[in-house]
Parts: sequence; structure tokens; C-alpha cells
Amino acid sequence: MRHKALVRATHWVNTLSFVALTVSGAAILVAHPRFYWGETGYFDTPAAFELPLKVNLDQTGWGRNVHFLAAWIAVANGLIYVVWGILSRHFQHQLLPARGQLAGYNFLQRLAYLGVVFGLFPLVILSGLTLSPAVTAAYPALFTLFGGRQSARTIHFIAADFLLLFLIIHVIMTIRSGFVKNIRSMIVSAEIVSNEVT
Amino acid sequence: MSKLISRRQLLAGIPAAGGLLLTGCRESRPPTYGSLFDLSNAVTFASQRLLLRKQPLAREFGRDRISKHFPAINTTNPSGLWYQIMRGSRFREWSLPVEGMVANPTELSLEDLKRLPSRTQVTQHNCEQGWSAIAEWTGVPLARVLQEVGTLPQARYVVFHTIDGWWDSLDMFDALHPQTLLAYGMNGGELPVPHGAPVRLRVERQLGYKNLKYLSRIELTDQLDDVEDGTGAVGAAYGYSWYAGI
Repeated sequence: MRHKALVRATHWVNTLSFVALTVSGAAILVAHPRFYWGETGYFDTPAAFELPLKVNLDQTGWGRNVHFLAAWIAVANGLIYVVWGILSRHFQHQLLPARGQLAGYNFLQRLAYLGVVFGLFPLVILSGLTLSPAVTAAYPALFTLFGGRQSARTIHFIAADFLLLFLIIHVIMTIRSGFVKNIRSMIVSAEIVSNEVT
Repeated sequence: MSKLISRRQLLAGIPAAGGLLLTGCRESRPPTYGSLFDLSNAVTFASQRLLLRKQPLAREFGRDRISKHFPAINTTNPSGLWYQIMRGSRFREWSLPVEGMVANPTELSLEDLKRLPSRTQVTQHNCEQGWSAIAEWTGVPLARVLQEVGTLPQARYVVFHTIDGWWDSLDMFDALHPQTLLAYGMNGGELPVPHGAPVRLRVERQLGYKNLKYLSRIELTDQLDDVEDGTGAVGAAYGYSWYAGI
């Protein structure tokens, strides 16, 4: 598989910001590892589910800082990728399921990538923004979309879990289909790879 | 390349440029700068100020949505003798100096505050820990108090000090918002001690940690460098950003 320079660059920026978002998200989570449905939720109200984690209030400060720094980088990076992908017809050629196409990604891979780029990422960003009292003052429709602040927090967590699941499967498949070859094709230019391979 | 720009200069320049572009006002830069985190917090600040430029209200609810057991965290009963004495007399001795860059520095008693026009709002409190709860707050809009003391035109920040040693600040954009209250009532009664009696701050478009309890003094200033440790808020020392719109 040959990758365009923009795909390779945004891929690794996304990798770094995703790892930072996951670690810092866990740091924020341990302050209150209980999840609720609806508008409100706190210690005395029944939880929709609760994670067996020890409450730790000392990780919130750096966790929030890393989370928002990484979120801005991920969003800017993702916007560049999506705008380029639409303009260059990258999504149309590489990710939209095509009839009778044997080259490139298979049908399930294409669906998985499309689901992540146009499903999970928008979902995790919008549900995250619904946790902001400032953003929701400007766009109260976000509450209607997610069914309340605590529902949005729960959806944010579940969407992040699915993204993490995707990452794990993605890494496993990368290893199984030739780790060195795959990593190299995602780092160096396609020409060099094709020269070495041929 | 004729001129080298250090990374530090570049990082410092981005929020400044962002602030100028997005808010058209260099004055509304938040006070804590210097790290990469402050850069992203500044981008958050500038973009949320853009979203809030028409000063929308935070959502308000009906009284039927009030939470049964609104959590009280951090200080829930200040231990100082003076506080306990004031508490014993239902805060008759408590007064709130409003000083600094004001035309008429004033000490307001609880009765003085209650004589001013009040606002009652049922809003959601969003703790940065992750929980949220709804309560009804009654108090004087801070804008009304500032009108009373006559804010000088050069004042840019309102600094809040508390009985339990916390301090924080708002810029005029949030200080003058109609839902920013000096709240003395909660859910139809007096503000209970665990929730910051006699008076607490409500800043509905920011997270819980900006809503200081147990107010003891208000100070208006044009810059925060000389206030306490110069970071703008007690939370800065623990990594909490001055602006808490998310």
C-alpha cells in the first residue's frame, strides 16, 4: 500500500494526539469513574454504570491540560485530513466501498475506516463539546442531540472506548500483515518503498 | 531567512494572534501564559469568547428539576473562629468590601446585598470532576454591585477572595454577564453553610471551580500580576486553567 504524504503526516500526528487523549482522558476519568444517563448525576444518584477504579482527584489538573492541548491538535489535524480527503477524492477512491475492486482495502476495512472518520470522531468531538458550559450556552441544541450533560459524558466515554478498540484491532492487523513493511510505508515516501520492494 | 524566531516567541505569539483575530481585543487575554498548555487554553478561551460574543444565557430549568442532594465539596464548614461566630449570628457581622478600581469603595452587609434587585435562576453546576447537579440560586447580579460602587473604566478584572483562603478572578466579559451572581439564597432558602454561606459566586458558563464559596472580599484591578501569586487564580498552582469554559 502506498500512502500519500498528507496521509502519512496526519496519521502520525493523529497517533500522538490520540495516545495523549487516551492517557489524559483516563486521568480525568479517575476523579469520578461513575457514569449517568440524562442531565445530572453525582455521588448520591444511581449510576448507569460504574468502573472499578479508585477515585483519584489529583490527576485532573494535568489531565485536563493535556486533554485539551491534544484535542485541539487532533481536531486541526483531522480537519486538514478530511478537507484534503474530500478535495483529492481520497475518500472516494480509497474508502468508499467499490464494486468489483480487488486492490486496496477490502469492504470491511473501508467500512471501519469510514465509520471512524465520519462516525466516531465527530461523535467524540461533539459529545466532548457538550461537556463545556460555555459551548452549550452558545449551542443548547447539543443537549437535545445527546439527551443531557451526563448522557453526553457517557457517550463521550463509550465513543472513546470504540476508538480505542479500533486502534487495538488496527495495530494487531498492522502487525499480522507485515509490521516492518506497513510501518515503513506509513513513514517514508511511496517512491522509496516501491524502489525497495521492486 | 533573515530573522530567527525562537520557539518560545512563536508559542507566545500564537495565542496573542488568536486573541486578536478572534476577539478583536488584546485586553481579554487570560492572565496565565508561558507553557504549551496555556497556548491551548488560550485557543479555547479565544474560540469560546467568539461563540459567546452575543452573551447568551446558560440554560435555566424549572424548579421541578432541582437536584435532591446537591453535592458540597472542598471546604464545607470553614473552621476559623470568626466564621463560626458569624455563623452563630446568622452572618450579621459579615460584610463584603468591594474595593480597588472603583469610584466608591464600599463594604456591603448581607442586608445591603438583599436590598439590591435580585435574580433567581435554576441552573446546572458542572464540576470539573465530572458530576453535575441542578440548584436554584438567588442573589444580586455582580453587574448590579459593580454599578453600585462605580467601576473605573480602566478596571479589567474582578478578583474574589474567600474566608477559606481561596481566590480567583473574572474579566469584565463574565463579571458583567446577567447570570453572574453574588448568591445568598439556594433552593428557596438561605445559602447553606456547606454551599458557601453567607454568599458565594455563581458563574454559570464556567465549570464548578470558578464558583467560589464563602466570599470575603472583592477587588477590581487592571492587572493580576500583583494579586496574590500573580497567576489570576488559586487553581493555577494545581494546573487548573484560569478560564474554565470547558
